Amino acid sequence: MATTEIGATEQASRRHTRRLKRQDGAFFWLAWGSAALVVVLLLGILLSLLWESLPSIGHFGLPFLWNERWSPAKDIFGAAAPIYGTLLTSLIAMVIAVPTSFGIAMFLTEICPKSLRRPIGIAIELLAGIPSIIYGLWGFFVLAPIMQHTVQPFLINTFGDLPIIGFLFQGAPYGIGMLTAGLVLSIMILPFITSVTRDVFETVPVMLRESAYGMGMTTWEVVRRIIIPYTRLGLVGGVMLGLGRALGETMAVTFVIGNSHRIASSLLAPGTTISAAIANEFAEADGKLYTSALVELGLILFVISFTVLALAKWLIGRTESY
Amino acid sequence: MDDQTMTHPADHPATDSVAALKPRRSVEDHPVKLEVKGLNFFYANNHQALTDINLSLRDKAVTAFIGPSGCGKSTLLRVLNRMYDLYPGQRAQGEVLLDGRNILAPKEDLNVLRAKVGMVFQKPTPFPMSIYENIAFGIRLYEKLSKAEMANRVEAALREAALWDEVKDKLHQSGLGLSGGQQQRLCIARAVAVKPEVLLMDEPASALDPISTAKIEDLITRLADDYCIAIVTHNMQQAARTSDYTAFMYLGEIVEFDRTEQIFTAPKNQKTNDYVTGRFG
Amino acid sequence: MTTHNPITRRRHRRNRVAMVFSIFATAVGLFILAAILWELLWQGLGGLNMKVFTEITPPPGSDGGLSNAIYGSIMLTLVGIAIAAPIGILAGTYLSEYARGSKIGEAAKFINDVLLSAPSIIVGLFINAILVVPFGTFSAWAGAVALAVIALPVINRTTQDMLALVPNTLREAAAALGAPRWKVLVFIVWRAAKSGILTGVLLAIARISGETAPLLFTSFGNQFWSTDMGKPMANLPVVIYQFAMSPYSDWQRLAWVGALLITSAILFLNILARSLAARSR
Repeated sequence: MATTEIGATEQASRRHTRRLKRQDGAFFWLAWGSAALVVVLLLGILLSLLWESLPSIGHFGLPFLWNERWSPAKDIFGAAAPIYGTLLTSLIAMVIAVPTSFGIAMFLTEICPKSLRRPIGIAIELLAGIPSIIYGLWGFFVLAPIMQHTVQPFLINTFGDLPIIGFLFQGAPYGIGMLTAGLVLSIMILPFITSVTRDVFETVPVMLRESAYGMGMTTWEVVRRIIIPYTRLGLVGGVMLGLGRALGETMAVTFVIGNSHRIASSLLAPGTTISAAIANEFAEADGKLYTSALVELGLILFVISFTVLALAKWLIGRTESY
Repeated sequence: MDDQTMTHPADHPATDSVAALKPRRSVEDHPVKLEVKGLNFFYANNHQALTDINLSLRDKAVTAFIGPSGCGKSTLLRVLNRMYDLYPGQRAQGEVLLDGRNILAPKEDLNVLRAKVGMVFQKPTPFPMSIYENIAFGIRLYEKLSKAEMANRVEAALREAALWDEVKDKLHQSGLGLSGGQQQRLCIARAVAVKPEVLLMDEPASALDPISTAKIEDLITRLADDYCIAIVTHNMQQAARTSDYTAFMYLGEIVEFDRTEQIFTAPKNQKTNDYVTGRFG
Repeated sequence: MTTHNPITRRRHRRNRVAMVFSIFATAVGLFILAAILWELLWQGLGGLNMKVFTEITPPPGSDGGLSNAIYGSIMLTLVGIAIAAPIGILAGTYLSEYARGSKIGEAAKFINDVLLSAPSIIVGLFINAILVVPFGTFSAWAGAVALAVIALPVINRTTQDMLALVPNTLREAAAALGAPRWKVLVFIVWRAAKSGILTGVLLAIARISGETAPLLFTSFGNQFWSTDMGKPMANLPVVIYQFAMSPYSDWQRLAWVGALLITSAILFLNILARSLAARSR
């Protein structure tokens, strides 16, 4: 009697254990499958881009990369103009946004009174969350007219006739164009780079900062000689992440770039970027080759932004292992 | 509570170095609950943390592990409920017998084992839920109880941990709102609620103030009537006050293992003597 | 303190230049960002009225609102997040809990970060290829899935970060009660990280509700009221884009209203997420 009772409870507990094991296994595979899905998704994106761009790759080969001509009517496509536009607008954006962000981050960490630090910091982080289409909209309705009527005529008159750099500022003031697109991009990535830079600046140990000030260094010397060298890899990493955003950005640019598949020497001329070309033309593209050429543009963009991200990760990873 | 088992003070004259020994009682005839045989333990980098550990823990008695930091006392404790299994690469060789069954066997069911061998940690670890749920969580893992039965079990566990009177009016508030000492007693209640056979305590009072520490020590002494208890401690007075047996460990080995009064009054090993008299460690 | 040492004078001059630049940069940055918000409020509030919420997008030259686009945006975002949240939380749990420290886990985390910063227009191209071309029509389903692909790595990443903050002692304490791993994760670890994970989901909602590029060739747009997920569906970002680029002033006015609506919703979500994150600390 007693032994059967013990046997029964033992059996019940063994059943219970088996059920727990099964649940444990099920949960594990569910979690594993979800993580695997992310990997599959990325591979899927890569393969699908590659597959869809095969007709274009087969037809145009490598010269696709440096051919400027883009003629849907004649089924001739070259990626030089959008690649050039993507790189140039991002370069303009970085040239403006990086020093400005560093200045703001320096203000926030070293100069700003304590009571203003949090509100300004929060404001900047909130602005980093505003969708890019808003920046595009503002660029199109507000910035472009100002550029057209004030800034560009001034640039053309002042620099247009100078030797060496004059060619950058020639042509008619359209308002929209490479320079305007670069400006809008720089405004868009400004909050992002600023908040990364500030976070990186704040990783400098208080002791180090205080002992530098204790030696009689000025604020600028502390930033220049202590903070920037100490955080340099993290800073470069943050800047690269910002660059990645600028390169892949669609909506902030599409509004104000002018959509012209031309490489003009002037910064004021209209142009296009990879993402703007896709956004503008993909839905209406007819013909296999046209679609395929646009997808190949996407593939190129993916490769560029992947490279930038991998570099950024590598650099940031190296700071973390300090 | 140990009046009848307490031996006459004259039989065991306390030395100057140890102020308070636990009121002595005879636990010599208690059966062995947990037996460690030839245990070696390695971390993931193949660093050997424990070497040839042999020791037996008697039922309804308190065994203390003492020794300087890094001597392997916590590691030994974490072998006894196979907590090390959470970390890939750590491994144990040898045998740990719970009622004669080797729990280091690969097919041992760890969840069932850990329900039998409860553990209390250095820092209080209340779960992010109400006081009531903290206790009920463990019970529900292995038993299906009605609401009334569950309420009884929760109350019994809280009483056992001497916490009931302090929390009975706020059972449904977060366990995180309690003081450190109360949180630790909540964790003890949570551990005894699942009716374990062995209780492992890893420096259970080291993060607490003196008053809370005294309460925990008191509790340990009372719980020893029902459980086989192993406690790791830095505090020699605590070991002396609470334990029946003491193992002195050094560099991953057991230097001396004996009745507590023996270790603290007449240690056989010079190293043990130096440690308990505070000359190193 | 004045000094006539030329080196010191030069140092101070440099410092002053840097200070002026820093303050100037902050002033310019804040001014431009304020100008954008001001324009948004000015133009958006100017066109805001009840019709915006009750009438659908009009043909050029006549009166109308944005009700179909508002409905579409809410639907696309909700369906997208409903797909992404469970998968993202589970994936983050796997990477942070099961694959901790493993090479494959590190690779999967890197891949997630690649997906996180992939240009969103590329996600649009991909979903177009797998969900639009085979079915022969733009659809709200495709749009929702595209948004899910954007939200997934965000939720995955925040879940990883938030679970990493849960102290290990909590996992050990739950395991020590004999809880199986999945119960430790679901009832203890997730619970401890609840507000952090929720913050991640809110930020993901904020992120996808303003995304335009991935919707251009997936959900596309629809000038009529449609609740059919199998058909193209209007949504605020695409309407803003199309209306702003049009030559019609009515449409441009509605674009500003839509922009104001989206921005307010996103700012609200961000503030909600921040206050949640602050409370959890």
